[in-house]
Amino acid sequence: MAVLDSKIPAGNLRDKWTNHKFNMKLVNPANKRKYDIIVVGTGLAGASAAASLGELGYNVSAFTFHDSARRAHSISAQGGINASKNYQNDGDSVYRLFYDTVKGGDFRAREANVHRLAEVSDNIIDQCVAQGVPFAREYGGLLDNRSFGGAQVSRTFYARGQTGQQLLLGAVSALNRQVGLGKVKLYTRREMLSLVLVDGVAKGILVRNLVTGEVEKHSAHAVILATGGYANVFFLSTNAMNSNATAIWRAHKKGAMFANPCFTQIHPTCLPVHGESQSKLTLMSESLRNDGRVWVSKKKNDMRAPGQIPEDERDYYLERKYPSFGNLSPRDISSRSAKEVCDEGRGVMGGDAVYLDFEDSINRLGKKAIEEKYGNLFEIYETITGENPYNVPMKIYPAPHYTMGGLWVDYNLMSNVPGLFILGEANFSDHGANRLGASALMQGLADGYFVIPYTVGDYLASQKPTLVKTDHPEFVKAESELNEQVKKLLSIKGKRTVDDFHKTLGRIMWNKVGMARNDKGLKEAIEEIRALRSEYWKDVNVVGSNGDFNQTLERAGRVADYLELGELMALDALTRNESCGGHFREEFQTEDGEAKRDDQNYTFVSAWEFINPGEWNLHKENLEYESVKLSQRSYK
Amino acid sequence: MSGKNINVSLKIWRQDGPKTVGSFAEYKISISPDASFLEMLDEINNDLESKNQIPIAFESDCREGICGTCGLVINGQPHGPIPKIATCQLHMRNFKDGDPIWIEPFRAKAFPIIKDLVVDRSGFDEILQTGGYISINTGGVPDANAIPISKDIASLAMDAAACIGCGACVAACKNASAMLFVSAKVSQYALLPQGQPERSQRVQSMVAKMDELGFGSCTNTYACEAECPKGISVTNIARMNRDYIKASVTSNSVE
Ligand SMILES: Cc1cc2nc3c(=O)[nH]c(=O)nc-3n(C[C@H](O)[C@H](O)[C@H](O)COP(=O)(O)OP(=O)(O)OC[C@H]3O[C@@H](n4cnc5c(N)ncnc54)[C@H](O)[C@@H]3O)c2cc1C
Ligand code: SF4
Ligand code: FES
Repeated sequence: MAVLDSKIPAGNLRDKWTNHKFNMKLVNPANKRKYDIIVVGTGLAGASAAASLGELGYNVSAFTFHDSARRAHSISAQGGINASKNYQNDGDSVYRLFYDTVKGGDFRAREANVHRLAEVSDNIIDQCVAQGVPFAREYGGLLDNRSFGGAQVSRTFYARGQTGQQLLLGAVSALNRQVGLGKVKLYTRREMLSLVLVDGVAKGILVRNLVTGEVEKHSAHAVILATGGYANVFFLSTNAMNSNATAIWRAHKKGAMFANPCFTQIHPTCLPVHGESQSKLTLMSESLRNDGRVWVSKKKNDMRAPGQIPEDERDYYLERKYPSFGNLSPRDISSRSAKEVCDEGRGVMGGDAVYLDFEDSINRLGKKAIEEKYGNLFEIYETITGENPYNVPMKIYPAPHYTMGGLWVDYNLMSNVPGLFILGEANFSDHGANRLGASALMQGLADGYFVIPYTVGDYLASQKPTLVKTDHPEFVKAESELNEQVKKLLSIKGKRTVDDFHKTLGRIMWNKVGMARNDKGLKEAIEEIRALRSEYWKDVNVVGSNGDFNQTLERAGRVADYLELGELMALDALTRNESCGGHFREEFQTEDGEAKRDDQNYTFVSAWEFINPGEWNLHKENLEYESVKLSQRSYK
Repeated sequence: MSGKNINVSLKIWRQDGPKTVGSFAEYKISISPDASFLEMLDEINNDLESKNQIPIAFESDCREGICGTCGLVINGQPHGPIPKIATCQLHMRNFKDGDPIWIEPFRAKAFPIIKDLVVDRSGFDEILQTGGYISINTGGVPDANAIPISKDIASLAMDAAACIGCGACVAACKNASAMLFVSAKVSQYALLPQGQPERSQRVQSMVAKMDELGFGSCTNTYACEAECPKGISVTNIARMNRDYIKASVTSNSVE
């Protein structure tokens, strides 16, 4: 058997999922309660999975390091969720959503997965409405839609600027119902720190109780990770402070392959950095680009206030370069263009920021209409910057936001480790080299509500109901390894703080593995990260003890993992000698500065197998395009 | 942006664990007015760690006012002096050079302290687990546009659903009542057609759980609304009370 078998069902693209659902084995209703499933993460993907599996009758244990399921990072998604409902009669369809997603991903995603995603997108909206999610509506009482970064149809459903919050609260309400019914046991303030394999099959996890410091052992018939993305490797990103890669990284070190780690998304509309004490970056939803116009001065180092720069001295560079998509050009293109004009010295006051201006829309639609659409985003902006965007254009700059890469999964969302399933942002599956706006929420809920309930059943149907005991030697071994690592971290007692190391790593990543990459920079990055990693294990200072609520220790483990992951991201970027989506290699661009793919040699998924820290084997899953014709992505 | 640094002196509540006695400790810092309040605490912590001292435990996650993780009482006010924002959205430009700043955890019987400024708010989830949902399973639901809902009603439901579960309402209330939080969830569902089938049962079980967990009763002082970062309105409490009374009168499942 090939190492990587994507298990894409045979047959016509349109029928694959339907046929596969029919062909999968079922667990008889009376037997479901004999199977235990661990779900790590209670974001959109984890909460929807845990709830749906509990409803089916499995015994589910759900884990989150947060104090409540509702705090998962999904809560902060603002803009919206896509579905192919075609309620607006503007020509949308399952096929169009599929096609847009494959194209948006710059032809580096699996066709079959993406088509399934588009197929179930409509069910997601139905489900959420039935749960009481208060989506925005029109006067006639039907659901409202808007168009969102990179789409020419209005297929995005939204709940003010708080779509992620409302979808998550919906999924968490379903989860809470199962907790109340006793079908899901919810463990909060628990951080998964090890995956336990027995004979190469995922059989459990170890978690640290973040209040007492105790290590707790949990065994199950299947383990599902829905632990989110790894953009915080950059230190500054739009992700929540505590989002981290530890769960997937520790699984990677136990054998799960990491796919396309270099595919990271830099979001074009974030607030610029204010100074050294900056702890994270704030996203301004890109729905703002529907009505805001992006511009900078035509002159370098123009120190005039925006109002003083006359119309003909402004460069609306997105509208100029990409007339048909303009301000709605995809994220990678918009981000890179912003960096370009700022590198030329044409950013706001010569610095790293561009304007996002609502003056025209306010004149055209009235202040009230703008307030209705974006009121709370404008408020957020004003609270943070002290400036009122109704009067002065917003200042924005790109920031790390989303990670398309993640653990490799087959069509069933199972990793190469049997029994280990990966959902949501934590897997690599659907977005190729670039994710379209409003598609992550869709994918998280598709995975959790409509894919995993089927595919996990197919897996469990062939498993015996006997449960591995938590005193099994593999559990004991994992526990002592974990205790060893914690002891080591606490015993170094060096001179630099954990955050200091994280910030240093973040700077290397942003400068050399960020928006634009090149051979030389990537090689330097690898050397610098290695040096930093060895310094970490000699000179980090982790204060406090293990048997206690210790946030420094929590962060120390996560940063230790980033120091390995960062290197793999650089290595992957170095190995992919082409530009595609969020991965822009300066050596590979067209004459007018667009990303130049190399379909001949790079139409594959890179899946990295861990050997030792700093040592990996590359496996390739070739991507077959049967339905979509590979073409140069053009948004001109 | 970016003005001159300001100097502030802080009195911060330190408490090792739930059962130990806490007290205020003093710290001083010079900080950019563009820094957020929590970034100011990050700086203090980084400094403490470099001096081998235990940093101040406090929680935050999104730092955008949406996850509800953060929550400090600043100079006597939950989430600080500026209305309608969460602690993480407060910026140092709202303080003047030399200002004294007192920082305490959210205090309530139902929110025991874990460490320093971190409290246990799991009671909120326990309430939601007894009825804060619509009892449907995944799949088999009607088309999303099958039931039209007027824009105004959807908007009112959204107002209520905007609660971030931070607990400031409880911390602000002299009775440590959770009425604003509970009524927001009850109202969201009471307003929507999808919430009707379980309307009476829901309000009764959630209120019963709230009482059981030791949250106080509501005496209509409205301190909750004043401190709520999301502007959740006390009209939700009135709506819940009406539902509760109606449910007690008409339902035969509960005495
Ligand atoms: C600011 C912002 C705005 C966004 N807006 C949009 C948008 O408008 N539309 C869109 O489609 N997408 C948007 N996205 C992307 C989208 O929100 C995320 O990709 C998606 O919510 C991820 O969901 P998830 O369930 O995979 O993970 P998360 O929501 O990140 O959840 C991860 C869960 O795993 C838990 N966890 C992680 N590690 C461990 C561990 N070791 N042990 C125990 N528990 C663990 C966490 O506690 C949490 O419960 C946005 C992202 C950001 C940052
Ligand atoms: S009602 Fe307001 S104060 Fe209370 S938990 Fe909700 S958001 Fe916080
Ligand atoms: S940290 Fe999320 S609301 Fe403050």
